[in-house]
Amino acid sequence: MASLTRSREKQQQVVRLDQEKLSVREINEYLHHRVRDGARVEIANPDGQHNLAVGLDADIDVDILGHAGYYIAGMNKRARVTIHGSVGWSVGENIMSGSVRVKGNASECAAASGHGGLVVVEGDASSRCGISMKGVDIVVGGSVGHVSAFMAQAGTLVVCGDAGPALGDSLYEAVIYVRGKVHSLGADAREEALGKTDHAKLTDLLGKAGIDLNPKDFKRIASARKLYHWNSDHQDDY
Amino acid sequence: MAKQKPRTVPLQVSTEESYSYNRHVLEYIHQAAERGLYDIRGLGAKRKMPTFDDLVFLTASLSRYPLEGYREKCVTKTVLGTRFAKKPIELKIPIMVAGMSFGALSGRAKEAIGRAATALGTSTTTGDGGMTAEERESSKTLIYQCLPSRYGFNPDDLRKADAIEVVIGQGAKPGGGGMLLGQKISARVARMRTLPEGIDQRSACRHPDWTGPDDLTIKINELREITGWRVPIFIKFGATRVKNDVKLAVKAGADVIVIDGMQGGTAATQQVFIEHAGIPTIAAVRQAVDALEEMDMVGKVQLIISGGIRTGADVAKAIALGADAVAIGQGVLMALGCNGSYALDGKKHRDVTKDYLALGVRPGTCHHCHTGKCPVGVTTQNDDLALRLDPAEGAHRLKNYFNVLSMELATLARACGKSNVHHMEPEDLVALTVEAAAMARVPLAGTNWIPGLGGK
Repeated sequence: MASLTRSREKQQQVVRLDQEKLSVREINEYLHHRVRDGARVEIANPDGQHNLAVGLDADIDVDILGHAGYYIAGMNKRARVTIHGSVGWSVGENIMSGSVRVKGNASECAAASGHGGLVVVEGDASSRCGISMKGVDIVVGGSVGHVSAFMAQAGTLVVCGDAGPALGDSLYEAVIYVRGKVHSLGADAREEALGKTDHAKLTDLLGKAGIDLNPKDFKRIASARKLYHWNSDHQDDY
Repeated sequence: MAKQKPRTVPLQVSTEESYSYNRHVLEYIHQAAERGLYDIRGLGAKRKMPTFDDLVFLTASLSRYPLEGYREKCVTKTVLGTRFAKKPIELKIPIMVAGMSFGALSGRAKEAIGRAATALGTSTTTGDGGMTAEERESSKTLIYQCLPSRYGFNPDDLRKADAIEVVIGQGAKPGGGGMLLGQKISARVARMRTLPEGIDQRSACRHPDWTGPDDLTIKINELREITGWRVPIFIKFGATRVKNDVKLAVKAGADVIVIDGMQGGTAATQQVFIEHAGIPTIAAVRQAVDALEEMDMVGKVQLIISGGIRTGADVAKAIALGADAVAIGQGVLMALGCNGSYALDGKKHRDVTKDYLALGVRPGTCHHCHTGKCPVGVTTQNDDLALRLDPAEGAHRLKNYFNVLSMELATLARACGKSNVHHMEPEDLVALTVEAAAMARVPLAGTNWIPGLGGK
C-alpha cells in the first residue's frame, strides 16, 4: 500500500491509513492480515464511512481520526479502537473483547449484543444502547435514549447522565447503573439497593472509562425475574 | 291409523356437529378457558391448503422428447452465491437441510444431520443458538445463521462458516421471534445462549443492530468485510409480502434468498401463528421468481424455497417453478424417526408409543417438540432421551431419504426431457385446482386458463 506513512511515536510504530486514498475494504484487509500484535494504526479522514475496523482480532491500537458511520469496530476481539469523533448506529456491535471508545456521541444500538470487552461513549448514546448485551461492559459519559439495555442478558451498562423511556425492558441478568434521572423502567426492570459489589464494579468501570464520579450517586437497576417463565399472570407487562 | 304421540326423547344420540363450533374449536375454547394460556407447539401448519400436490407434470410424449430414465445423465449440481462471494457454495444436489438449532435438536440429531449432509454433498445450517464444534466438524458445508437473538453469535464461528444466512423470519412464524421453553434450556444450551438455565426463552423478533432494508445493506457489508467477501450471504424470511421482500433483499445485496412458506416448521411457537400467518409455499415461489425476473436477477441471485417440501415431486415442482434449491426441516426430523413408533437407537428399536401417549398424542399426531420430551430423542436436551437416536443410524436413514428425493427429482426431469434438473420450467406444470393454478400461475389441467391472466 503506497499511501501508508510510517512515523515513530513513543517508540511505537504508527501506521497511518488514509481513507481518502484507500477503500474501506483495503483498510480492513490491512487490519485483518497485515498488522502485528502491538501495532498502532491511525485511520485518517474516516469521513463518515461505515464498517471501518470491523472484525479485528489482534492486540493492536486503532485510532479513527474523525467521525465515522455504522458498525464501527463491529465484532471486535482484543483490539483497542478509539474514535476521535462521533459514530452512527451499532458501534462495537457484538464486541467479544478488547475495547471501543467513542470520544463524541454514538447513535442507536451502541454495543448491541456485545459478548465481552468494554465500550465507552464519552458523550451521549442514543436509543437501544446495550440492546441484547451478552456480557459487554458499557460506560456512557452522557445520557442514553429509549429502550436501552432491552433484553440485556449479561454485562453492565453504566449511564452517567439520564436514561430515556423503558430502560432495561425484559432484562435478564445484566445490571444497569444510572446516575441521573430515569424517565421510566421497562417491563420486569426494577430499582434495587446498591451493595458492596456494586460499588466495586462501578469504581472499576468508571476508572477504566476515565470518568471521575462517585459510585454512591448511582442507582442500580436489575431484573425482577417475573418474566423468566411464561404464564398469563403477567400478560399486561408485555 | 293411530295418532302418534309427540316424541320427547330422541331415537338416538345426535351426531349433528356444528361446522363453526366443531370438536377442534370446542377443544380450543375449553382449553383456553381452563388454562388461560394459548397453545404452543412444534412442526408446521396442519390446515388444508394448496400445495405442490395440486400440480402435475406434463412429461414428454410426441411433442417433447424424454431422456432415457435409467441411462442418461441428469445433472443435479447446484451453485449458490455467485453474485458477490469469492467462494460460492457448490452442492451435489439442490436439496439442503434447513436451519435447526442445537437446543431445538439434540447434539446427536445435529451430528446425524451433519454426517448425512456431508455424505450427500449438501449443506446443513445452524439455528438460533450458535454453532457447535461437533456440527462444524461433521458438516462439510455449514451455513451460519445470523438471527435477531444473536445467541452464541461470534466472529470466530462467522469466519468458519461456508455461508451466512441473515434470518429475518421463518414460515411458521413470520414476524415472530424464536422460542425455547425451559425444559430444553439445559446447562450447555444456557451457556451457549448466555441465559439462566431453565428459563423460558422467548427471542427477539427484530435484529438488535439494524431495523430497515437500508441498514441491512450496511449490515451485510459489515459481514462481508469481516469475512473478506469470501462467503455468500443469504437472506431468509417467512412468506408474506414476498414480492416486495425479495426486491428489498436483492437491493440490500443478498447473494441468495431463502423463502420459507407457511407450511415451514418450528420447534416451538404459538399455534395461532403456525396456522394463521403467511402464505402457502407454492404461492411464495411464484411471487419470488416474479420479483427476480422484474429486477433481471434470475440466475444472478439464487432462490431457495422451503416450507412443506416432503417428496421428490415437491422438490421437482419447486425447481420447475423457478427455485434453485429447496431446504427441508420437518422431513429431515421425520427421517430421523419423528412421529415413528420406534426409536432408531441403532440396536433394539424399542417401541416408544407409550411415551407418545404420555404426551397426549400418538405416533403420527405428535407436534410436541417444544416440550423437550421427544419420544424418539430428536428434539430433546434430555440425555437419556437423546440416546434413543443413534447418529450413525440417523445419518444412514437421512441419506436414504435425500437419495430418494434426488432420484425422484431426476426421474421427473428426464421425463420432461431435461438433462439438468435446473432446466425444468413452469411450462412443464399444470394445476389440478383453480386455487393452485392461480397461485402457481400455471394453467388448470386440460385448459390454457390461468386465473387472473386469462386464456381459455
